[in-house]
Amino acid sequence: MKKIEAIIREEKLEAVRKALETSGYLGMTVSEVSGHGRQGGLILQWRVGEYKVDFLPKLKVEVVVLDEDVSRILNAITAAARTGEMGDGKIFVLPVEDAVRVRTGEEGENAI
Amino acid sequence: MPVNAADTAWLLISAALVMLMTPGVALFYGGMVRRKNILSTIMMSFAVLALVGLLWVLYGYSLSFGPDKWGIIGGLDWVGLRTVGQEPSSVYATTVPHLAFMIFQAMFAIITVALITGAVVERIKFSSLFLFSALWLTVVYCPIAHWVWGSGGWLAKLGALDFAGGAVVHISAGVSALALAILVGPRRGFREKEPMEPSNIPLVVLGAGLLWFGWFGFNAGSALTSGGLAASAFVTTNTSAAAAATTWMILSWIYRRPTLLGVATGAVAGLAAVTPAAGFVSPMMGIPIGIGAAVVCYYCMLLRTRRGIDESLDVWAVHGMGGTWGVLATGIFASVAVNSAGANGLLMGNAMQLLKQLAGIGTVWVFAFGATWVLGKLVDVTMGLRVSTVEETVGLDISQHGERAYGGMLR
Repeated sequence: MKKIEAIIREEKLEAVRKALETSGYLGMTVSEVSGHGRQGGLILQWRVGEYKVDFLPKLKVEVVVLDEDVSRILNAITAAARTGEMGDGKIFVLPVEDAVRVRTGEEGENAI
Repeated sequence: MPVNAADTAWLLISAALVMLMTPGVALFYGGMVRRKNILSTIMMSFAVLALVGLLWVLYGYSLSFGPDKWGIIGGLDWVGLRTVGQEPSSVYATTVPHLAFMIFQAMFAIITVALITGAVVERIKFSSLFLFSALWLTVVYCPIAHWVWGSGGWLAKLGALDFAGGAVVHISAGVSALALAILVGPRRGFREKEPMEPSNIPLVVLGAGLLWFGWFGFNAGSALTSGGLAASAFVTTNTSAAAAATTWMILSWIYRRPTLLGVATGAVAGLAAVTPAAGFVSPMMGIPIGIGAAVVCYYCMLLRTRRGIDESLDVWAVHGMGGTWGVLATGIFASVAVNSAGANGLLMGNAMQLLKQLAGIGTVWVFAFGATWVLGKLVDVTMGLRVSTVEETVGLDISQHGERAYGGMLR
């Protein structure tokens, strides 16, 4: 099992959700995060003049998948979240030890 | 004179309107600070509402308006509201109960002290600010109010015009704010240009809205009667606010985009500037006064930023300089055709009035700055004005008040 953590643009959430659903993964966890990569910050206006905000709002989508699905899901997310501009985000893949479905107590791959 | 029911009704309503301005200032300021300091910022104004409400009836009113002593201060005859009752005063607002005039004036003292707090948000120690507020009311506000509005006050006798408090409220608060901010020093990270984002702009606009609404009591109420002069001041006030808000919006638009923070700030600048003039100039003069206010305050704010002074919420630029422009503008645009108790200004051929206005401005600037400096130093050496580094980093909501604005993990 692998956990896929995708940092994406806020406006791409619906596209990514649909792509995961089409790929057979209905469950996911989404959180609001802030950060920046190469995109740099955001210039905002004060009462006079302006100031720079270094951290931009992004969404983090987490989904745990079977080992054999990893590349398929990575492709699906990448295709759905890409605009081609800076700030499209990043995806990380992490190993997962175990999983438990709280309702039934099922463990391992059966739980995801 | 007997009590006039219409005048009394209008003045009591006006007092309530002005009262609402202080929670308005609290929200106006609160929304502009970082979220860790929003409660402490609101608390500064709200605590002043309570503190000054008490001190005013105990002795503040007597010091400001009590029987004159040498033109500089009111006597102690009215301490604890002694002889201030349901009958009209023989000198102030003679058609309403003396108590109505007293409580109307209380609201002015309250908001003046509350205005200053915007200069020192996010790093001043609450206990020190509380003590400073009491001292400032006593040593700075009461004398200035007496000079300008007190029967026998020396600036009143000189003929300096200040309809609703351009000098007494706005210049005194703005200049004192500048002095106190310099004494307290900048917030950590200010010099390093760390972003200090306003946490809630809708709250700022709600506050500005309450201010605009309450200002009708402030300015039209200062007619002290219900009638033509009140209506005239009402329209002049609204016109200036509208002109200044539009101008500020355009200035921010020229810079980049029309900002909501800008339009709200412009409205407040226009209201501050029209305060001394509202009952002395004709309603259409609200337009040049408002446009001038936005331009003056906008560029003063830029200047303040470029000088690296952390007068955090620009009380000086908006109220100090808006008030200064307004008191000057009164000397330019005033006309006895509007208010026979006023005077003619420069445009009516009376250049003398402009000099009298300048005397008022200079006096209040020098006295407010100097006295605030001394009081601030006094509090600094005895209690310390600033919170510790850790307290400042954590935020004043938790370190000063043990509360947080947005608590809880559960929705």
